[in-house]
Amino acid sequence: MSPELLDVAFLETQTPAAASGYGEAPPRMGFFTDTSVCIGCKACEVACKEWNHVPEDGLVFTGMSYDNTGGLGADSWRHVAFVEQRKPLGFQESGVEHDGVGETTELRWLMASDVCKHCTHAACLDVCPTGSLFRTEFGTVVVQEDICNGCGYCIPACPYGVIDQRKGDGRAWKCTLCYDRISVGMEPACAKACPTDSIQFGELEELRRRADRRLEQLHAAGIADARLYGRDPDDGVGGDGAFFLLLDEPEVYGLPPDPVVTTRDLPSMYRHVAAAAAVLLAGAVASFVRRRP
Amino acid sequence: MNRTEVTKDGLTHVRPGREALTGAIEHAGPRRRRGAEQAMVPDAAFTSYYGKPVINKPVWEAPDIPGYLFLGGLAGGSALLAAGAELTGRRRLARRSKVAANAAAVLSTAALVHDLGRPERFLNMLRVMKPTSPMSMGSWVLAPFGGISTVAAVLDLLGRLPLVGKLATFTAAALGLPLASYTAALLADTAVPSWHEGYREMPFVFVASAAASAGGLGIAVAPLHESAPARRMAVAGGLAELALSKVMEKRMGLPGEAYSEGRAHRYMQAAEGLTAAGAVGAVVGRRSRVLSALSGLAVLAGSVCTRWGIFHAGLQSAEDPKYTVVPQRERLRLRGQRQPVRV
Amino acid sequence: MGTSFGRGGATTFQQDLQNADCIVIQGSNMAECHPVGFQWVMEAKARGATVIHVDPRFTRTSALADIHVPLRAGTDIAFLGGIVNYVLQHDKYFRDYVVEYTNAPTIITDEFRDTEDLDGVFSGLDPDNRKYDFHTWQYEGMEAIQAASGERDQEYEDRSEEEKGEEERSGTGQGGDPGSSASSAGRGHSHGSGGPDIGTGIPETDPTLEHPRCVFQIVKRHYSRYTPEMVEEVCGVPRDLFLRVCRELTENSGRDRTSAFVYAVGWTQHSVGVQYIRTAAVLQLLLGNIGRPGGGILALRGHASIQGSTDIPTLYNLLPGYIPMPHAHTNEDLDAFVSAEGTDKGYWADMRAYTVSLLKAWWGGAATEENDYCFDYLPRLTGDHSHYEFVMAQMDGMCKGYFLAGENPAVGSANGKMQRLGMANLDWLVVRDFSLIESATFWKDGPEIETGELRTEDIGTEVFFFPAAAHTEKNGSFTNTQRMLQWHHMAVEPEGAARSDLWFYFHLGRLIRRKLAGSTDAMDRPVLDLTWDYPTEGGIEEPSADAVLAEINGWDADGQPLSSYEQLNGDGSTACGCWIYCGVYTDGVNQAARRKPAREQNWVANEWGWAWPANRRILYNRASADPDGKPWSDRKALVWWDEEKALWQGHDIPDFASSKSPHYRPPVGARGAEALAGVDPFVMQADGKGWLFVPAGLTDGPLPTHYEPQDSPFRNLLYTQQRNPVRQVFSRKENRYHPHAGEPGWDVFPYVITTYRLTEHHTAGGMTRWLPYLSELQPEFFCEVSPELASERGLEHLGWATIVTARSAVEARVLVTERMTPLRVQGRTVHQIGLPYHWGTSGYSVGDAANELSSFVLDPNVHIQEVKAFSGDIRPGRRPRGPALPALVEEYQRRAGITAQTGMEV
Repeated sequence: MSPELLDVAFLETQTPAAASGYGEAPPRMGFFTDTSVCIGCKACEVACKEWNHVPEDGLVFTGMSYDNTGGLGADSWRHVAFVEQRKPLGFQESGVEHDGVGETTELRWLMASDVCKHCTHAACLDVCPTGSLFRTEFGTVVVQEDICNGCGYCIPACPYGVIDQRKGDGRAWKCTLCYDRISVGMEPACAKACPTDSIQFGELEELRRRADRRLEQLHAAGIADARLYGRDPDDGVGGDGAFFLLLDEPEVYGLPPDPVVTTRDLPSMYRHVAAAAAVLLAGAVASFVRRRP
Repeated sequence: MNRTEVTKDGLTHVRPGREALTGAIEHAGPRRRRGAEQAMVPDAAFTSYYGKPVINKPVWEAPDIPGYLFLGGLAGGSALLAAGAELTGRRRLARRSKVAANAAAVLSTAALVHDLGRPERFLNMLRVMKPTSPMSMGSWVLAPFGGISTVAAVLDLLGRLPLVGKLATFTAAALGLPLASYTAALLADTAVPSWHEGYREMPFVFVASAAASAGGLGIAVAPLHESAPARRMAVAGGLAELALSKVMEKRMGLPGEAYSEGRAHRYMQAAEGLTAAGAVGAVVGRRSRVLSALSGLAVLAGSVCTRWGIFHAGLQSAEDPKYTVVPQRERLRLRGQRQPVRV
Repeated sequence: MGTSFGRGGATTFQQDLQNADCIVIQGSNMAECHPVGFQWVMEAKARGATVIHVDPRFTRTSALADIHVPLRAGTDIAFLGGIVNYVLQHDKYFRDYVVEYTNAPTIITDEFRDTEDLDGVFSGLDPDNRKYDFHTWQYEGMEAIQAASGERDQEYEDRSEEEKGEEERSGTGQGGDPGSSASSAGRGHSHGSGGPDIGTGIPETDPTLEHPRCVFQIVKRHYSRYTPEMVEEVCGVPRDLFLRVCRELTENSGRDRTSAFVYAVGWTQHSVGVQYIRTAAVLQLLLGNIGRPGGGILALRGHASIQGSTDIPTLYNLLPGYIPMPHAHTNEDLDAFVSAEGTDKGYWADMRAYTVSLLKAWWGGAATEENDYCFDYLPRLTGDHSHYEFVMAQMDGMCKGYFLAGENPAVGSANGKMQRLGMANLDWLVVRDFSLIESATFWKDGPEIETGELRTEDIGTEVFFFPAAAHTEKNGSFTNTQRMLQWHHMAVEPEGAARSDLWFYFHLGRLIRRKLAGSTDAMDRPVLDLTWDYPTEGGIEEPSADAVLAEINGWDADGQPLSSYEQLNGDGSTACGCWIYCGVYTDGVNQAARRKPAREQNWVANEWGWAWPANRRILYNRASADPDGKPWSDRKALVWWDEEKALWQGHDIPDFASSKSPHYRPPVGARGAEALAGVDPFVMQADGKGWLFVPAGLTDGPLPTHYEPQDSPFRNLLYTQQRNPVRQVFSRKENRYHPHAGEPGWDVFPYVITTYRLTEHHTAGGMTRWLPYLSELQPEFFCEVSPELASERGLEHLGWATIVTARSAVEARVLVTERMTPLRVQGRTVHQIGLPYHWGTSGYSVGDAANELSSFVLDPNVHIQEVKAFSGDIRPGRRPRGPALPALVEEYQRRAGITAQTGMEV
């Protein structure tokens, strides 16, 4: 059985790297993106494109606040979401007044840098028929561009809408968590460029501890709607290698509220397929059996 | 107030900027006392990011992929029909079904390769054998099926090596079973709501559709006195196909609605009409060569429409965030927690 | 800030913001325009500091602030003046600091009349010449005060009289009116570095601050009408929100706490820009926040080395180190120049040493005592030769040639049309930039070509484009926002024909000198006698930036590098290219190239780069200690007096004579630094004090006063005087102004427009609009409007809008956002329109330029344009094309009844 099927078997005792057959593997590395300190400068988007030679993908004025990127895709491996809401940010004074009621209108401007989640149970990797997508020794998920044949199966498999096909190239592309950089002890380009440490790179275990402390800190400060996303190893994808601190529901940022790795149901799918095949055989046989008058 | 003290000995209580707080309660002024409590009130309406889809839409295109689904089913079904006919001495039905199976297999492979972003790398499909990837498994089924069905068809046409031909025919039939059914897993094993949520029923819909298409073609190409089994396959398969698709849509819940919208809806309706008419025609017209042929082709077309309908329902459900978000929200609510996070 | 504290540089550095208890960001969008520096605001937040953002728009900075205060653009003085009033009315000022370290106790002459007495103007206004005579602003019992910076030449006449007597006076008489020469010449950025002269005698003071004519009482009276109610009416800031800001700021200032102000061009680019910053200076002095950790006023610059470009100026009226450029006074020699511009007290008393050393650096051996060290080689000012003046000179055919280096006036300067008309009227134009910016291509694709106002075949300007090297392609230094020089090394040689500015000007000079070689014309001596012998490196013969830095640092008679400007002499024995940079090459080591990591030193990081003056990071830091030299508070210790060692010690390098005891008092008649007492922290000021009241150095008054912007839809509620009486206005048909509220036709331009930058682009776009990765992030010119304005004018989100002023009309995509808020001002609702000004006709991302709308109206001190606040109209749809565009503008002018006189009154 392939290592990925072990993933599907949800063996929590192993790290993704170990489950993928790495004997001696370094600690699992990841991102903790704390959106509560993001200033929306988009340095992560530019640094990523510069380092990874991701092509520019069009000049489109979207009117989605200051977001003219739109979302993650083959040519956007970091995406900063901008959300203008009539909600308070803790006890922040927005100062603006609408509706002419003579008192402050609650207004907050959320910014969040999204990226590939590098799932513990990665559907894109599971469904890749060529083995182009693979699990690195750091527990991250990377596409081998020299192998990908552009079958596109990974694209609808991703529950987050991260990986996508590059126009005119045909292959699937996504964040590599700067495999080349972290392999030589550097931090990924986006984290390096982030001026406020909203993007934090490090050992996942340490990042999870840090995130828990941060959450307590925010709640103690009265910012009650802060929550962690993708941090929980028991969620539908076994926890994300890149997880987030959000200030509102995930879907507000364009993230699925309860993502599940589709291959979790694969064994059951195969059982149903087998049953269906049996029925087909039976049906075929039946249709040849001459009925006695 | 700043907790850091600039003493003669240096800074105390230094904290990194990543611990910055905005709108912390210690800065609460007289103007705003509401806020935090309010934010806890969950959204009534379903929210999204400017209405943009959560998942990326499949890049698969028609006719390649729905065509592949259909042809795979037709090939598998025909292989079975051929084997049955071989066993029961229906020479013409056998030969023509072998040819159909082989042609469908070749065409479906072509469709699959054509849809690749890098067609020149199609052989990478056989680079590994990966149980977690229905597409990988499918490739390992399709490849031998293609070869063996060719042998079966060619030997039959040449009338050479009857024993080898028989063996090839039965092997093709054996491979035809997974070939006709695995494509359901291929679609269901994605995050596309209107595909994934149907993973229990879709395999049965697909095999029914496969039987219907193979049977339909059988009626159309075989002489009346040999076509009875094909007729039974077409009628039974067609009716099962219709019934099971309905069951699938219903059981899916919200994602099932995508089947009643836009293109998907039109294809599913056409499938109903064609298949029903074909089934009826196949029964009442069983004495007429022409009626039978038309009915068979109608069932065949119905099967095509079903595949196209399911294909488009998936794309539609991928484009609208509600199909992704609402069911997941519901799931969370049922699990009795607000979201999979620690608040 | 120069006139308030003695030096025009930021008083603190970005990293020290981490120690502030409260940070007020106003006139700056720090998170967007200085995102990297904003990390230290985040550190302050992490430690509990309150962050307040005062800005017309809710920006990415506001999103991270605890309090956002939207106000009507152009009313900051009223807002800050209101806080000053709150501080004084509620006794929230830091009394010990104010009494000891500011000129609050100083008594002003009884001839002085305040705006309180004259309904909005100060005594000494000369309406005919649009200028003030500052003589009535003097300290009681003193001779003419020499300003730290700003208009020092104002007093040339008086002081030459003192020095020279009758003969010289008649001379200056013939020399024309030096006063007008000076007041029109201005000072570029008023970033002086030096102390003023308060003539002879001791200023009369009243430490009790009770004397009715003491500065404290004058300031108190001046701001008494800036009440919270007035602030609400003028700025549109609700009373309770304003008072909350007052509380946050005052509760976080004083003995144990410090607050910092952060500003940028949101404050400077107004017809009263200098006074905006002055108001903050007055406030910070009253609160005791200057010279202390976590305090200060941080001026954020718009470019990587703008500070450097005033230190070693690209300005017409300054020589390196803020030595003023001499004016065309008859028979003015070095001595007359020094005695007129220099001072007797403070560091500026050594101006002769700085000047002679500069002349020696430039003309080396040729500069001798006999020839006055080539003082006569220096050009002379005959008037205002600032940017906007010479653009008009170009239009009038007086200015024939133009060098543009790293500047794109066709997009980035006010009234783009006049910029282009000026350039279209030149003989030659040299453009040095990365790509073919609008200023290099206006002759074929400028807006005037489209409208038919210009025809390419009629434009005689010969345009030379030279591709420029990027900072990664050359060695050199940046002097950043906190006066710190940081060295950058060439990573790769520039591609193709691209060259550094250093290369360009060095080789240009070489060629000119070759052409002039052997000339006997005296006019050519200044060029031929220059020391122009920098070694060159590499295949492209790049001059050695290191050698240039060494010359800037200076050397003694033996050619040994100097380490401090205190070593400079006026006898020609030392050479120094910029006295305030003296020490950057100490021991022959490039101090600006130091990169000792933060973790290996304290937060002041004196071993990272090198800052002027003398590598001090927080200026006037002696004020962080009380008069006895002890820190005001144990939690705010920066430098302190060590009795045993008899030295000033601390985390930063003391901005004070290191061995001068706090108890030192100058003997009568002492000169220079000796004349400063141990309790005079503002060592560049003649009296060693921070100036709440500026007796000299500013052309528009000793105290900041609120005036409405040139184009404003509102009356000045505070005084009858509507606009800054001495602002610079120019009546030209391409530069029409709007009627102000109350005058007929004012409501044709009912909205307030403010221009600004986005993170994704840089100023006029020359460095960013050609880059795909940045262009895709902000692909189009857009305007930000509130939903209320959108419905009032029928604007559709993502649709087009046309914005119109009396100058021109531009079209922009509409971004409707609740971040733009309507304000209640003077009983009615006013809407503001936000316009990022990056775009132009060229590049990868193109669009109309917001500066087509702005006008030539300037601050009288520094001649900076007013583009942060002006009125205008907005309408749905795209703008007309071709001749229909000027027609639309003319129609608006007719409807508003605009004439050549509109807005021209004093």
